[in-house]
Amino acid sequence: MIAALANPRAFMRFSRWAAPTLGAIAAVLAAAGLWLDFTARPDYQQGYTVHIMFIHVPAAWMSLFVYGCLGVASFLGLVFRHALADAAARAAAPLGAGFTLLALATGSLWGRPMWGTWWVWDARLTSVLVLFLFYLGYMALDAAIDDEARASRACAILALVGLINLPIVHYSVVWWNTLHQGSSVFRADGPAMPLSYLAPLLTLTLAYMAAFGALWLVRIRSEVWRRRAAVLALRAAG
Amino acid sequence: MLDFDAGKYAAFVWPAYGLTAIVFVLLIVDTLARARRWRRAAERGESEADGDDTAS
Repeated sequence: MIAALANPRAFMRFSRWAAPTLGAIAAVLAAAGLWLDFTARPDYQQGYTVHIMFIHVPAAWMSLFVYGCLGVASFLGLVFRHALADAAARAAAPLGAGFTLLALATGSLWGRPMWGTWWVWDARLTSVLVLFLFYLGYMALDAAIDDEARASRACAILALVGLINLPIVHYSVVWWNTLHQGSSVFRADGPAMPLSYLAPLLTLTLAYMAAFGALWLVRIRSEVWRRRAAVLALRAAG
Repeated sequence: MLDFDAGKYAAFVWPAYGLTAIVFVLLIVDTLARARRWRRAAERGESEADGDDTAS
């Protein structure tokens, strides 16, 4: 299926209905997730701040997932010189930056009442900040180079270098002594939270993922149109 | 039963939700505006190219 979608014409046909469908799925999941969220009882230790978890954790997971997508697309663009892979990488960066910003900001708003500080330079927070800087660096580099082919290559190399940071973010709470807590969901002995918290958390995660899918497809379509417009303008000028 | 009483944590919880809503709205608006802009540019280019073909 991915090979079939590598054809821009097939991709445009597929994304024309897939993007609004994913958008509708995201809206339904977000409504269901928010209902589950605000019917969950406050935590006996964290009180009402537990509600921040339902929007913070999905944003943090998405920041890693989107960077993974950016890395794979960059690799395919760099190795196979595929225009659609390059467009996919370019389209993912602002979305990933948005999710990472949300992870940092909502985490800070959760940290202040629970830890007594807005920010601490522990391994998890610092590595997520580095991830955010990789997203910003990718977009800045893309905007700074006029030659599109050169910009794509430089951005792809930067994106691949940044992949090293993903396991560092994930395992930072294991490798170092951090103020940030360890994993509460993906554990060998099962999730360390009741179903009443797990349900809104996973539902909102799926909503974030569907929203990303919809926005990503639309942004890739925009990139295809942008390139078509550029080719037509060149042809008209020549 | 829906519970919106954040009590003493309201100053932390609602800004977190508000910021999330703002970032999502900005991403959606920017994505749709970009799609609209480049789709129109491509369509304009195609219609001009068709016009040139007809003229020649």
